[in-house]
Amino acid sequence: MSPSKIRIRHVGKRFERDGAAVEALHDVSLELCANEFVTFVGASGCGKSTLLRIIGGLETLSSGEISVDGRCIDGPGIDRAMVFQHYSLYPWLTVMQNIKFCRQLKAIADTVRSDSDVEIASGRADALLNLMGLSAFEKAWPNQLSGGMQQRVAIARALMPRPEILLMDEPFGALDAQTREVMHDLIRHVHQLEKSTILFVTHDVEEAIYLGSRVVLMAPRPGRIDTVYEVPLPAERDQDMKLAPEFIALKREILARIRETSGMRTDFELLEQLTRQAPAEA
Amino acid sequence: MATLNPVAPSIAAPPSPAAAPAAVRPRVRWWVIRGTLPRPVFLMLAVAGMLLPLLLWWAWTTFGDPDPVFMPSPGAVFARILRWWSEEGLIGDIWISVYRVMAGFFASALIALPLGLYIGSYRPVQAALEPLTDFIRYMPAVAFIPLVMLWVGIDESAKVLIIFIGTFFQMVLMVAEDVRRVPMAQIEAAQTMGANRGEILKLVILPSARPALLDTLRITCGWAWTYLVVAELVAANSGLGYAILKAQRYMHTDKIFAGILLISLIGLLTDQSFRWLHRRAFPWLHKR
Ligand SMILES: Nc1ncnc2c1ncn2[C@@H]1O[C@H](COP(=O)(O)OP(=O)(O)OP(=O)(O)O)[C@@H](O)[C@H]1O
Ligand SMILES: [Mg+2]
Repeated sequence: MSPSKIRIRHVGKRFERDGAAVEALHDVSLELCANEFVTFVGASGCGKSTLLRIIGGLETLSSGEISVDGRCIDGPGIDRAMVFQHYSLYPWLTVMQNIKFCRQLKAIADTVRSDSDVEIASGRADALLNLMGLSAFEKAWPNQLSGGMQQRVAIARALMPRPEILLMDEPFGALDAQTREVMHDLIRHVHQLEKSTILFVTHDVEEAIYLGSRVVLMAPRPGRIDTVYEVPLPAERDQDMKLAPEFIALKREILARIRETSGMRTDFELLEQLTRQAPAEA
Repeated sequence: MATLNPVAPSIAAPPSPAAAPAAVRPRVRWWVIRGTLPRPVFLMLAVAGMLLPLLLWWAWTTFGDPDPVFMPSPGAVFARILRWWSEEGLIGDIWISVYRVMAGFFASALIALPLGLYIGSYRPVQAALEPLTDFIRYMPAVAFIPLVMLWVGIDESAKVLIIFIGTFFQMVLMVAEDVRRVPMAQIEAAQTMGANRGEILKLVILPSARPALLDTLRITCGWAWTYLVVAELVAANSGLGYAILKAQRYMHTDKIFAGILLISLIGLLTDQSFRWLHRRAFPWLHKR
């Protein structure tokens, strides 16, 4: 029995709003090994963000339990870092100050005791800056950077306290396709370098397959895990693999399953009706 | 030659100046929604906007010849300001009025900032204090004058208190709103880095809200000035507001004008100082 890093057991989450209850998560169970890269896809509203936020400690769960290294989570912790879709950078701090933000915090300062630790910490900030290709922008403010650069700063900031777990909620959702590809290789590089366990939510099935060793497909109403796919690709990935037949086959399978579970259907009859009416009105 | 081929010359001709990419200098486009204007144009318009009413005023008093008791001329008002300055202790009046406004304003800011920070950050504090503040803020500050005189007397503190009452409750609510506008993502990012509540208040919420807070201070400082005349209704014998009230009694319209203009001038200067401070303190908002 290999020890699992994160153990999610029978997790349920209900949101009560104006008397109506939404079952955002229903009996979600999943185990993740250390240094695993798992991606989550699924129709909008299936509870992906909710699950990530619960693991991050930003949301409480209604039932079940989640443990990290055998300890139940209770609120946020420095072992779990989160990267948000929308830029959560601090606009009043420069790029470098953003990356070093956590060093002002007591929880982090307690882990840094000797002078050499401090030196290692500043070395780490520099290393992260270089890794993200931002060394020329050390003193820039976030609003002087492009969206992709801002998101790289956010990742560097999240990595700064050496989190063992990285929770990413559609971090590249707002980026263009080219920037996204660069970010994919960057994050895979970080994954191998830092040996972190990554949970990555996305809307983009291709992104999910390319990045993950497993793809978790979730379904809505109630939010639950539908299928877990093993990605039949070697651990080392490159962009050409996106054209491999097994990649395309898996992509097709997952897309079809998302369509089936989303509960949303294109009403062709209605569309036809609309197009038929249009010329008559004109 | 034209009979050979009437079309060819126009094709072969060197590009006329109009067709050449000569329009390198971009035209200033005035009516773009949220557009930009070159700084000199902006300043010119601003000065024109300020001078035009002055010009109309001058034209009316010069050519319309109204009764100076109703409408003194700009020249008369200016002369009055000079006389006030040389004979009637203008500097002293300005000084005491600035002192009253600033004392009321700073006292209000001193309490409103921490209180608003807590109302905007913690629900129980909000629940306990916000409805009450909302209720009090609709109480007319002017109507408090007799009560203030009854409770604290008629000395300086009474005038400061009136200005305080006029600004404080609005200020608390605005500060709370500024604090609530701090994006949740900024707070959650700090939480996932292990920040505790105190650190989030100090390192995220406060710095994040700071530009909005300075704007709130700027706006409420303007309100503090509007309460000056009201405050100096309370048994004052000095100050710009008092001077206006006294001039009213003797129908010294020119002095009323002078007082009003001086108060707005000081207000404008304070406002501009706040804006300057904003640009200096928060360069990331002004530099792109
Ligand atoms: N704070 C909240 N209060 C009430 N309901 C909520 C709250 N957060 C999420 N929900 C509900 O829970 C369900 C799951 O939401 P969640 O944001 O986790 O979905 P998602 O899979 O991340 O969707 P998307 O792909 O659009 O980001 C939705 O029905 C949503 O309306
Ligand atoms: Mg989401």
